[in-house]
Amino acid sequence: MIPMTHYLILGAVLFAIGVFGVLTRRNAIGILIAIEIMLGAVNLNLVAFSRFVETSTLNGQVFAVFVMTVAAGEAAVGLALILALYRSMRAVFADRFNILKW
Amino acid sequence: MSGTELLVAPLVFKILALLTVIFAVMAVALRNVFHCALAMAAMFILLSCVFVLMDADFLAVVQVLIYVGAIVVLVIFAIVLTEKISSETIRQTNQLVIPGFLICAALFVGALYVIRGAGWPSDVPAVQHDTIKLIGTQLLSTHLEAFEVASVLLLAALVGAVFLGKEINKK
Repeated sequence: MIPMTHYLILGAVLFAIGVFGVLTRRNAIGILIAIEIMLGAVNLNLVAFSRFVETSTLNGQVFAVFVMTVAAGEAAVGLALILALYRSMRAVFADRFNILKW
Repeated sequence: MSGTELLVAPLVFKILALLTVIFAVMAVALRNVFHCALAMAAMFILLSCVFVLMDADFLAVVQVLIYVGAIVVLVIFAIVLTEKISSETIRQTNQLVIPGFLICAALFVGALYVIRGAGWPSDVPAVQHDTIKLIGTQLLSTHLEAFEVASVLLLAALVGAVFLGKEINKK
């Protein structure tokens, strides 16, 4: 029997790795990959709650389905945005997208 | 739950967790973005194995379908449609490596403190659900509004992606 805290700690590790990726990557596609890792960590936590805390209704798993829906939409729109930016600026690096600055 | 399962399940979990973390680190730290996308695919397959350990079989299958089948393919399409992103001379990280590492280490320590401090229920016996049937019933009864809003969201994402991805005709 694996205690619930092990799953939560795995989720926390994955989320921290995702935050690190978002903070340090220059490539916008790499940032998107890190965001997907963070959403996966959240899903892991939700499934753990549905397995150990709210066992009768599976609400956590239903919520994880919604998180996956949002993740899929976010990936589609985000990658389309990156392609549009690449087309107009010839770059995919987040620190090059600074034309709105002074 | 049989005796061998009691012995084997924690070992399986430890191996899966270790591999998941290794692939996640590869997905955020490798220089070549294409390798990052492949490491992300491996990470999500391993994460779905962890879901199986928690009796979430439907979600494990959906995870592989959506993340590995759709999102990784999208990411790889975006990588091959943009160019000169993986050459050796281009820096892949910004100046925030050390502060970023400190921030996410602090985040992890804080989360660990909360997880350790909260009194989670221990030794909850596994309830054998017919997960597909129960999730389907929940989606179409209790969470019907959210289900409908999700369909509108997906439609908006579809239209938005097509609009943004379309080549705009310049005069």
